[in-house]
Amino acid sequence: MTTATVTGKTDEPVVGTRNYLTEGGVTLRSWLLTRDHKRIAILYTLSITLFFFVGGAAATLIRLNLVTPPGIFTPDVYNRLFTLHGIVMVWFFLIPSIPNTMGNFLIPLMIGAKDLAFPRLNLLSWYLYMAAGLLALFAIVIGGVDTGWTFYTPFSSMYSNGYVVLALAAVFTAGFSSILTGLNFIVTTHRMRAPGMTWYRLPVFVWSNYATSIIMVLATPVLAITLALVAVERLLQVGIFDPALGGDPLLFQHLFWFYSHPAVYIMILPGFGVISEVVPCFARKPLFGYKFVVWSSITISVIGFFVWAHHMFVAGISLYAGLVFSLLSYVIAVPSAIKVFNWTATLHKGWISFDAPMLYALGFIGLFTIGGLTGLFLANLAFDVHVTDTYFVVAHFHYIMVGGMVSAYFAGLHYWWPKVTGRLYHEWWARIAALLIFFGFNLTFFPQFILGYLGMQRRYFSYAPEFQLWNIFSSAGASVLAVGYVLPFFYLGWSLFRGQRAGANPWAATGLEWQTSSPPPTHNFDRTPTVTRPPYQYRPEPEPQDV
Amino acid sequence: MSDARREPWPDPSPEPQYATMAQQAEAASFGMWVFLATEVLFFGGMLLAYAWARGSFPAGFAEAGRHTKIFIGSVNTVVLLTSSFTMAWAVNAAEHGRRRPTAWLLAATALLALLFLALKGVEYHQEWTEHLVPGLNFREEGPNAHAVELFYFLYFMLTGIHGIHVTIGIGLIAVTMVRAWRGAFSERYYTPVEVTGLYWHFVDIVWIFLYPLIYLVGRSGP
Amino acid sequence: MGSMQILPATASSHAADMDWLFAALVGTSGFILLLVFGLMITFCVRYRANSKVERGNRLGRTWRLEAAWTAATFAAFLALYFWGADLYIRIHRPPPDATDVYVVGKQWMWKIEHAGGQREIDSLHVPVGRPVRLVLTSQDVIHDFAIPAFRIRQDAVPGRYETLWFTPTEVGEYPLYCAEFCGTYHARMGGSVVVMEPSDFQRWLDGQGAGPSLAQEGEALFRQYGCSGCHGAASTVHAPRLEGLFGRPVPLEGGGTVIADDRYIRDSILLPRSEIAAGYPPVMPSFAGQIGEDELLKLVAYIKSLADRTAGNTEAGPPAGGKQAGPPAGSAEKDAR
Repeated sequence: MTTATVTGKTDEPVVGTRNYLTEGGVTLRSWLLTRDHKRIAILYTLSITLFFFVGGAAATLIRLNLVTPPGIFTPDVYNRLFTLHGIVMVWFFLIPSIPNTMGNFLIPLMIGAKDLAFPRLNLLSWYLYMAAGLLALFAIVIGGVDTGWTFYTPFSSMYSNGYVVLALAAVFTAGFSSILTGLNFIVTTHRMRAPGMTWYRLPVFVWSNYATSIIMVLATPVLAITLALVAVERLLQVGIFDPALGGDPLLFQHLFWFYSHPAVYIMILPGFGVISEVVPCFARKPLFGYKFVVWSSITISVIGFFVWAHHMFVAGISLYAGLVFSLLSYVIAVPSAIKVFNWTATLHKGWISFDAPMLYALGFIGLFTIGGLTGLFLANLAFDVHVTDTYFVVAHFHYIMVGGMVSAYFAGLHYWWPKVTGRLYHEWWARIAALLIFFGFNLTFFPQFILGYLGMQRRYFSYAPEFQLWNIFSSAGASVLAVGYVLPFFYLGWSLFRGQRAGANPWAATGLEWQTSSPPPTHNFDRTPTVTRPPYQYRPEPEPQDV
Repeated sequence: MSDARREPWPDPSPEPQYATMAQQAEAASFGMWVFLATEVLFFGGMLLAYAWARGSFPAGFAEAGRHTKIFIGSVNTVVLLTSSFTMAWAVNAAEHGRRRPTAWLLAATALLALLFLALKGVEYHQEWTEHLVPGLNFREEGPNAHAVELFYFLYFMLTGIHGIHVTIGIGLIAVTMVRAWRGAFSERYYTPVEVTGLYWHFVDIVWIFLYPLIYLVGRSGP
Repeated sequence: MGSMQILPATASSHAADMDWLFAALVGTSGFILLLVFGLMITFCVRYRANSKVERGNRLGRTWRLEAAWTAATFAAFLALYFWGADLYIRIHRPPPDATDVYVVGKQWMWKIEHAGGQREIDSLHVPVGRPVRLVLTSQDVIHDFAIPAFRIRQDAVPGRYETLWFTPTEVGEYPLYCAEFCGTYHARMGGSVVVMEPSDFQRWLDGQGAGPSLAQEGEALFRQYGCSGCHGAASTVHAPRLEGLFGRPVPLEGGGTVIADDRYIRDSILLPRSEIAAGYPPVMPSFAGQIGEDELLKLVAYIKSLADRTAGNTEAGPPAGGKQAGPPAGSAEKDAR
């Protein structure tokens, strides 16, 4: 273990006989009442996979409807589909995706702790998430919601005929799940680090989850109370968001985006963390500009609180507010650009290999760059006037959320799969899926930039004939993308039972999580590790695979 | 660990994820601080709405503020402040390992909190009979009726959610009190008392913001 | 199936400016994208694991490089910001000679009224080459009035007046959309903007039947709702005179002034106690819930038409501007409540 960041006698053979999957029993009860962060991470992974497929099914139907205007669904069904897609994907997939699965599994391992600071709270967070998710599914089954995931008033509070209050309750509850996770991560990062694990020795993955947690803890309560006010307004017909009642719909938008813009960073920052782990490992080089990458995450999480009104440039905010929020939106683009440059520079003079996690990571950098640059178009006051609420916006945030976050999720899933399951997956299938996702994604969403610039508005069940060609491209891409997303389900499932056994450290990676056996024992480390070196001390020569 | 200690209370061992009791205590109180940060923004959203509505309808809010029950509100402020004092005293007693005083002071805190809720109930009842409950029972004439309704909407949201916090606080305090009585705490370990105290002071501070906004501002000026 | 269209029609004075801005954005991002992709691909090929290329002498200190690319991207971003901000300000400052057209959104149609009283639904006729200012509001939920060929849009928010202006430059018919989700038939809420030669437009206006103008209808409402009882010349009630009011600053009770624009007139009718003119008792009742959005627009148009008249008992100041004293700060000073 020459690449270890650890000193100490951890060189004994690491055979995963005693591990968290079998220790403590294999009964359902032992899983549902577990306090082990790794088991809770598995519970989360299974649940978000379910919701990913629910949201994905809705997306498939949306793209199917848009092949031929006026489509195959009634307007009300279509409106419910995109609302379902938005609510499920945002709150039940993207926000918990990396933090609650990989963050949960890896943060204690990466900092050399036995568990998170509050294991019971961690389990409670999962139960809240499930309760919220089932409530959301229930609202959908009994009739659906047609407000869009943004719940704009007064439509949501007075005019919508869907089960808005149920959906609001679901999101409200999911919010508390996310607050508890954030709280747990913050306290864990502050108080549970192993001896020698100073702040600047933390892996970037921990830093980005820390930055994410700050946003979860400080932004989510504002969403919660805002949605509660909307629910009361809808139930009692009194409130402060409907102008007919003397309220102001822009107040709702300010409060909603005060959460929902930072929420975008909740969704992407953990992805930055994953990429910062994967790129150095497969380039066999330390991360270029570690401190810059770390501080750009923190900067993003702070400035992220002050850009919300860039969603409202045409909503009727004052000119001066527009000028300030646009400027801040340009400012926040800088730290994101810093990250992209640093990842690229990490490749310089490395020994780059192209295993599946690296393919996803490179895909992430490309797609995120496109998403980020089109964000500059939307942050531009005048240009936003032309393209906001069109497919340009749809394409932009899918480049960030799907091209960025989902690629990062898959990169992390493949990278840590041997650690989590103790098995290797089929490398070639994984590479094929990565390439399918990359090309399918671009085919789906690039045409939407053009559609938006041409003037196709979002949330339309039908459209003018001149937009059809681009929509057909987009739907064709979506089917490729769907295949790309279903493939891992099979080869990863297969590897669970038939995959080759993985050693403790199949990628010859640095980082404490690779120093313990695969899968790790319940309390992670046989003895508490001591850290003496900064992260990513990859040697200039490729190491022979150790085990 | 060591059953044969002199003290009646055994020294507790930390939960498995912690190395030492000190680490566990630090994590618990730091966790509560982070939670309170969340809470600040939770109430902050509503206070922003209040600020907006007050700015839009100053006359209506002044009128509505004069309908509030300032006597009950002021008594409740005193009750809550006193409960914060007994709470602080309880934490101090726990710090010095005084078992019974800790339990009694926690009981006093919980009783004061119950008194607060009871008075709040009387106040709500009066508002109900005066038809000041928006959405359910609201009848108000005059040009500012609408703003008065908005005021009372925010009033019930703010005090209602504060009341929920008080109720949760009573539960926490009761549990801590029973544990204190049974001798779960010592000079070396009284984290739950401390953390409950932090929470309770926060609930109190929220009220200190609500009291002037609800009862006093409308009564100032013409 | 449509042909492969890449650019929308360019039919307003903003549209050409916007296309230049678009070109600049595409150019800047294209450059950054090529740089990142180029470097990534070059590195991936050159430094692949089994390549024998020399790797000594790596970049050591990073901060110079970091500072350089941070500064370079920031400078490029700032330039784009100022360009966009400048254009945005221009989009929000209507010229004083713009013709007003009133637009009310409701589920799921656009109701449009011209100053002369001509009405249309889901279509907007305008003359080429003349600036038009739209005053937008909504009767129910939030809508958004979007004309891609003009590169403009603005939310129509219930309870507020928002403005939007443009000068059409090409005769033709251009699609008009609702761009803020507003319910079941959101996708059907739209129509077309018809840009005509001024003479054709005049003919079109005349052909719409010689009904009363918006201001005349407003005058009738002014009497019907009893406004004239207090605000009329013969009134004995101490109420503000409305002649010569529009577009001028009004001192408020308790300090401060406000420009008497569309929003102020509207709020004064619906929420008379929110901004009371200095020196007048707050006796006006609220008309909220009694007057529909269409009627409000007519009343506003009427009060606006009084802008260059003078009242007998009011000091006659100089007229506040041109024929149509648009609120000078109508957009620049939009209230940020």
